[in-house]
Amino acid sequence: MVGCLIVLIYLFIAGLGPSLAPYDPYKQNLELKLEGSSWSNPLGRDELGRDLLSRILAGGRLTLGISAAAALLGLTVGVSLGAISGFFGGRIDAAIMAGINVMLGFPDLLIALAIISVLGTGASNLVLAIGLAAIPSFARLVRASVLSIRDEYFVDAATAMGFSARRIVLRHILPNVLAPLLVHTTYMVAAAILIASGLSFLGLGVQPPASEWGVMLSRGRDYFRVAPHVVTTPGLAIAIAVLGINLFGDGLRDIFDPKLNRS
Amino acid sequence: MFSYIFKRSLYAVFTAFIATVFVFSLLKMIPGDPIRAMATPAAKQEDIERLRVKWGFNQPPPVQYIRWLTRTIQGDLGDSVRMRVPISQVLWPRYLNTLRLTVLSMLIAVFVGVSVGVAASISRGSKFDTITMTAGVVGFSIPPFWLGLILILVFSVQLGWFPAGNGDSWRHIVLPAVSLGVASMGLIARLTRSSMLEVLNTDYIRNARAKGLGERRILLLHALKNASIPVVTIVGLQFGVLMAGAVVTEVIFTWPGIGWLLVNGILNRDFPVVQATLLVVSITFIIVNLIVDAIYVLLDPRVRFER
Repeated sequence: MVGCLIVLIYLFIAGLGPSLAPYDPYKQNLELKLEGSSWSNPLGRDELGRDLLSRILAGGRLTLGISAAAALLGLTVGVSLGAISGFFGGRIDAAIMAGINVMLGFPDLLIALAIISVLGTGASNLVLAIGLAAIPSFARLVRASVLSIRDEYFVDAATAMGFSARRIVLRHILPNVLAPLLVHTTYMVAAAILIASGLSFLGLGVQPPASEWGVMLSRGRDYFRVAPHVVTTPGLAIAIAVLGINLFGDGLRDIFDPKLNRS
Repeated sequence: MFSYIFKRSLYAVFTAFIATVFVFSLLKMIPGDPIRAMATPAAKQEDIERLRVKWGFNQPPPVQYIRWLTRTIQGDLGDSVRMRVPISQVLWPRYLNTLRLTVLSMLIAVFVGVSVGVAASISRGSKFDTITMTAGVVGFSIPPFWLGLILILVFSVQLGWFPAGNGDSWRHIVLPAVSLGVASMGLIARLTRSSMLEVLNTDYIRNARAKGLGERRILLLHALKNASIPVVTIVGLQFGVLMAGAVVTEVIFTWPGIGWLLVNGILNRDFPVVQATLLVVSITFIIVNLIVDAIYVLLDPRVRFER
C-alpha cells in the first residue's frame, strides 16, 4: 500500500514535475548560492544559487525515465531471448544460455561500466548500458517459466492446431509468465535507478547541468560539508523512490503468489 | 565430489576465457580508431602508425588477442596512455586496497545480516522482526554513495569519530566499509530469516526437538547449517556486487583502490587501464564463485552426487 502510494507520487512528479516547479531549475543566482531552506525556497539553493525544489521536481523525469527505459529495454530483449531459448531448446538454447550465464556471473553495475567505457557518457548511452546489463536476469526468468509450462496440454493443443511457434509463444505461453515478469520488472526499475544515479554521480552518465538526481549529488559533493542540504534532498528523492518501488514489488509478489508470502 | 569441483573449475576457465575475449574486444568495439582516440590530437601520422605497430594493431584480431593474452598472463598489463607508467605498477597496490575494503564490508554484512536474520526468524512476528526486516528493505534501497556522504556528515564532520579520507589506520576503513555493506546486510538478513523459517518447519528439526537437544544446538547446528545454503549463494553474488559498488564508494572516500583507476580510465579514454581493471575484477569474481561452489559441497551433500 505504502509502496503503491509512493510509486503514484513519483509517477505524478515524473509526469508533471517540470510544470510544478516554482522556479526555472536552471536559473542561477550566485549571490544566494548554497542558501539554506527559506519560505521562498523550501529546500534551499545549490552551489550556483539554483532552486533545489525546482531542480528535484524537474529532474525526476530524467532519473525515472532513464531507469524505466533501461528496464524496458532489458525486458524486451531478455524476454525474447528467454522465450526463444526455453521454447525451442536444443542448440539455440545452449548457445543463448551460455552467453546469459556468463553475464549473470558479473554484477550489473560492472557490465554497465564496461559498456559505458565503450559508448561514452550521456543519457541515451546510460539507458543502453543499464538495459543491456538487465537482459540476462529477464532471459533466465522467462526461460525457466517457459520450460515449466512448455509441456502443458494447452501448448500441445495449440501445436496440434498448427499455430506458428511465434503465435504459441506470444499468445499462449507469455501470458502465463506475466505475473513473475511484472514483479521482476519493478525490482529491475528500482535497481536501475540506483545504477543510473550512481553512474551519473561518478560523471559517467547524465552530464551537468542537467538536474538529474545523481548529477545533483555529484555537484553537491564539493559543498556538502558546509551546506548539507545540497546532498540530503536529492539523495532522499532517490532513496524513497527505490524503497517505494521495492515495496510495490513486494506487494505485487504477495498478490500474485500468496505461497511466497514468507519474507 | 571431486568430479563436481573439477567440472566447476572447467566452467570457471571457460568463463574466464569469455571474460578475456570480452575485455579484449572492448578495444575493438570503440567507434572510430582506438589509436587515434588514445593519441593526442596533435600527433603526427607517422607517430600514429608507429603506435599501431607497437600495439600490434596491424595484425588480424585473433593474433592480437593471443599476443595480448600471453602478455597479460605473464603479468604485463601494458602501459597507461595518460599516466605513462606500467599499469601493473599502479594496479596491484590499489587492487589490494579494494579487496581489503570489499572483504571487510562483506564480513560486516554477513555477520550482522545472519545474526539479525536468525534472531528475527525465532521471534517471528515480534516488534524486533518487523523493525529489522523493514530496516532491511530500507538498507538496500538507499543509494550507497549517498549513504557514504551522510555517514561522512554525521560521523566525520559532526561527531568527528572517524576520518573521511584515506589513511592507514583502521578508523579510515570503517565508514567506507559500512556504507558499502549496508545494502548486502539488508539482503542477507531478509534471506537468512526466510530460509531459517523454512528450515524450522521441517521434520528433522522437529525430530531434533523431540530428541531433547538444546535449543541453541538445534538452531546453530541443525537449522542454520541447512538454512545457510541459499545464503551462501547470495554471499557469493554479493561479493561481486560489493566489489563493483566499491568503485563508487572509493570515489566518495578517496579510497586508493581500483575504482578511481576505472572511473578516470573511462573519463580519460585510457583504455589499457580500463581493460586491466575490468579484467582483474572479473577474474576475482570467477575465483570467488569457484570458492562458493566448493563451500556448497561441504554444506550440501546432495551436490556431491549431482552429475
